[in-house]
Amino acid sequence: MLSQVWAFLFGRLSFESLPFHEPILVVTFIVVALGGIGLVAALTYYRLWSYLWHEWLTTVDHKRIGIMYMVLGIIMLLRGFADAIMMRSQQAIAFGGSEGYLPAHHYDQIFTAHGVIMIFFVAMPFVTGLMNYVVPLQIGARDVAFPFLNNFSFWMTVSGVVLVMASLFIGEFAKTGWLAYPPLSGLDASPDVGVDYYIWALQIAGVGTLLSGVNLVATIVKMRAPGMSMMKMPIFTWTALCTNILIVAAFPVLTAVLALLAADRYLGMNFFTNDLGGNAMMYINLVWIWGHPEVYILILPAFGVFSEVVSTFSGKRLFGYASMVYATVVITVLAYLVWLHHFFTMGSGASVNSFFGITTMIISIPTGAKMFNWLFTMYHGRIRFELPMLWSLAFMLTFVIGGMTGVMLAVPPADFVLHNSLFLVAHFHNVIIGGVLFGMFAGINFWFPKAFGFKLDRFWGLVSFWFWVVGFYAAFMPLYVLGLMGVTRRLRVFEDPSLQIWFVIAAGGAALIAIGILAFLIQLFVSIKNREKLRDTTGDPWNARTLEWSTSSPPPEYNFAFTPVIYDSDAWWDMKARGYQRPLDGYRPIHMPKNTGAGVILAGLAFLTGFGLVWYIWWLALVSFVALIGYAIAHTFNYDRDFTIPAEEVAETEHGRTALLGAGA
Amino acid sequence: MNAHTDTHDEDHEDGHAGGTLGSYVSGFILSVVLTAVPFWLVMTGALDDRTLTAIIIMAFAVVQIVVHMVFFLHMNTTSEGGWNMMALIFTLVIVAIALIGSLWVMFHLNVNMMPPMQPMGPAT
Amino acid sequence: MASTHVASSEAIAADNSVPVFYLTEEHAHAPGGATAFGFWIYLMSDCLVFASLFAVYGVIGGNFAGGPGPHELFELPLVAVNTAMLLFSSITYGFAMLAMEKRNIAHVQGWLAITGLFGAAFIGIELYEFGTLIAEGATPQSSGFLSAFFLLVGTHGLHVTIGIIWLVTLMVQVRRMGLVAANRRRLMCLSMFWHFLDVIWIGVFTFVYLMGML
Repeated sequence: MLSQVWAFLFGRLSFESLPFHEPILVVTFIVVALGGIGLVAALTYYRLWSYLWHEWLTTVDHKRIGIMYMVLGIIMLLRGFADAIMMRSQQAIAFGGSEGYLPAHHYDQIFTAHGVIMIFFVAMPFVTGLMNYVVPLQIGARDVAFPFLNNFSFWMTVSGVVLVMASLFIGEFAKTGWLAYPPLSGLDASPDVGVDYYIWALQIAGVGTLLSGVNLVATIVKMRAPGMSMMKMPIFTWTALCTNILIVAAFPVLTAVLALLAADRYLGMNFFTNDLGGNAMMYINLVWIWGHPEVYILILPAFGVFSEVVSTFSGKRLFGYASMVYATVVITVLAYLVWLHHFFTMGSGASVNSFFGITTMIISIPTGAKMFNWLFTMYHGRIRFELPMLWSLAFMLTFVIGGMTGVMLAVPPADFVLHNSLFLVAHFHNVIIGGVLFGMFAGINFWFPKAFGFKLDRFWGLVSFWFWVVGFYAAFMPLYVLGLMGVTRRLRVFEDPSLQIWFVIAAGGAALIAIGILAFLIQLFVSIKNREKLRDTTGDPWNARTLEWSTSSPPPEYNFAFTPVIYDSDAWWDMKARGYQRPLDGYRPIHMPKNTGAGVILAGLAFLTGFGLVWYIWWLALVSFVALIGYAIAHTFNYDRDFTIPAEEVAETEHGRTALLGAGA
Repeated sequence: MNAHTDTHDEDHEDGHAGGTLGSYVSGFILSVVLTAVPFWLVMTGALDDRTLTAIIIMAFAVVQIVVHMVFFLHMNTTSEGGWNMMALIFTLVIVAIALIGSLWVMFHLNVNMMPPMQPMGPAT
Repeated sequence: MASTHVASSEAIAADNSVPVFYLTEEHAHAPGGATAFGFWIYLMSDCLVFASLFAVYGVIGGNFAGGPGPHELFELPLVAVNTAMLLFSSITYGFAMLAMEKRNIAHVQGWLAITGLFGAAFIGIELYEFGTLIAEGATPQSSGFLSAFFLLVGTHGLHVTIGIIWLVTLMVQVRRMGLVAANRRRLMCLSMFWHFLDVIWIGVFTFVYLMGML
């Protein structure tokens, strides 16, 4: 009787679900709990709750949402990297009969969580955050097309993050690898909650990603400033457009395939099961129809960042603007024609494999064209080796290596040897760290002064840069070697002692990267501390080229007091060259969207729904889902969503900037 | 500014909901015919040739989708500056790639990896 | 829209040597100006959800696992009636939109109600069909074919259900606020959603039912 009541109230959740028997997790939990308590206490002590709620959590301002995405990405980078360093140290010591320090079921969760977190909750928030912050400023818009939706998207992403983080202390995460292939992820092989956490975290975060994709496509298509035709859009905006088109056209496939996996697990259906007509290979096929475009979703905005950075710090117009645009568009379409190269070994035969091998090799052509564009932009340029430029140079070198090993993997016979080996692991870390992550660091160093009004500290930036770059090579070049020796991925213990040295070097590389991450955090801290010394009052600290640098740093809530008119793809450069005079009067009232707490509430309900589904707490799932729908409908009854900033307030803000500019000159 | 906003609004409605009674009714009649004929073909087995029937009903489906797009969804090359059409074409390309690609890949997989399906002998 | 901008700015640039770098008048992107386009983009993404489900049906739709196949299960007359419900609801929604353009609230509400009833009839018939199948033992769990069938047709049905909930919500909102710009925009989005579901249904009855019965 009592157990029935318990089962009704808490589903399959019990005290055994809490990992008291795992010392690593208990210690982690204590640290996290102390940190959380400290944060709550600090917020309470400094009376920041109201500020946090009214100015940040409920904001519909694309700039603040962008910053929150970046903060989310940084926090999750720490979590994902903690997983990485655990794996590296396990593999470095688990030789000669040693089992290492991680039991198998824990190790398997770690490599799964590492992949899921790094892709979905580090790279995606970074990319989305940067696009959110920069795109409306670059196209001369006041905000995105659907500001409330933007807030909602962010909180749905957070909701997915919270679900993944909850799995650390309540139950466990998937032990299946980051794409949860069935039949391993089916109910027979994985009866516990891990895969369910995986499914619902990604579904909830996926809603956010998809809506933010729709939002940014609509923003770029409909809200460009007068004069900005498609071929006058800044390159970063172009890559953001293509990325969001990819999001809109790829994430639905992931949603569908995860829904089918959920139907297998929850309703006993037979899509990917081994019997009754299921076909597990169909999961792999579909998941990669999403998965391959996903890697371009991540890399294209990074390409955009490098384009802006290289042209700004070479003091030259980007070489081959049109070819850059066409290369981006070609990559966008080709991204859908290469997915099978992730499973050449599945056995579709020579004709299918050759087709996808060839398309994969073709896609390296536009990427190569971009590389030449950046090189020719630098050629005869007066290069300033500021931090963003250094990251870009490191990217060019590193990404070419990663690209070449990618073309090697694109050859089906070679792939039969290298498939699922550490060579593959080295390859995709080579392009994701060397491409996406370096791009994000370039972007953060580049646009930080725009967002906060002061530059990031150069010394700690250099420390972070060098430790990251050297650490990356030390950590991943050994994996290429190991892969060529035939070592497969996701192994926990090793027999052959001659391999150990390579794993030890790789672990050393991971330690260097740890210092790089630490230096980055110190860079943020030191910069905030010395912000007065690093202050930029001009709004254009790099002598840059695009529209976002024409407004103040940080930009006012409304971005631009007057809607800019554009004549050139390097609009701000053009304005500076042709003697643009900043308007000093004639301000108009500005129409802006109001903040709302609905996004937080809806995402909170989505989290409860997900949690209920994971633990089979059906009443919770049902109640919170009905509440979610009900609240969403109720929200549509609110027609009063805008307010107007009076002209006097705009004038006051702008006069403040005039005074600053005068003082700086 | 209000006036400006309003005209803007009207413009964009005109570009969109440009249906008239005539267009809705003709769209409806067309789609009734385009639905009825395939149902009739299959339910009565009017054609002996299954492949031919399949081709005909697929052709009718494609035509009917176009009819719905034009008469009910008011698709044309000018609405939203051509962006609606562009988005649709891109989506159709991706849908085609995903559908045809999946069927092609999975068909070859089944042929190659399910030996009971074919007589024993050298694999293709 | 962008093209007119280009034209106007070039005209400004051409008429004298001092270019105008900003607009002195507030350049209003009307609130909701991007709504229809944004919603269209969303529909395109939904289209890909269905494409995935169709692909799954195409691949495992022939795996009967020794159980019944389409010939034993599908009732084409029922499907024909169901298709008729959806087609009628399409034209009645069209009439609602025409009434909206004439700003005739009573007619809008009337046609919306009729549309909703046709939609409910569609869902009712579909549930009856599902119920019959399950009673016969052809459950979603019994084979890959039936899993794919139930999920594809069911997902379409779920969309229609959401459409009906949305439609009722809009009827309440039109009654409260009248045919204000925001409500006209919402009616337009629902119209796109509703007709989009028709298009998906064309795929469903052709590829699942008719081709299955061949």
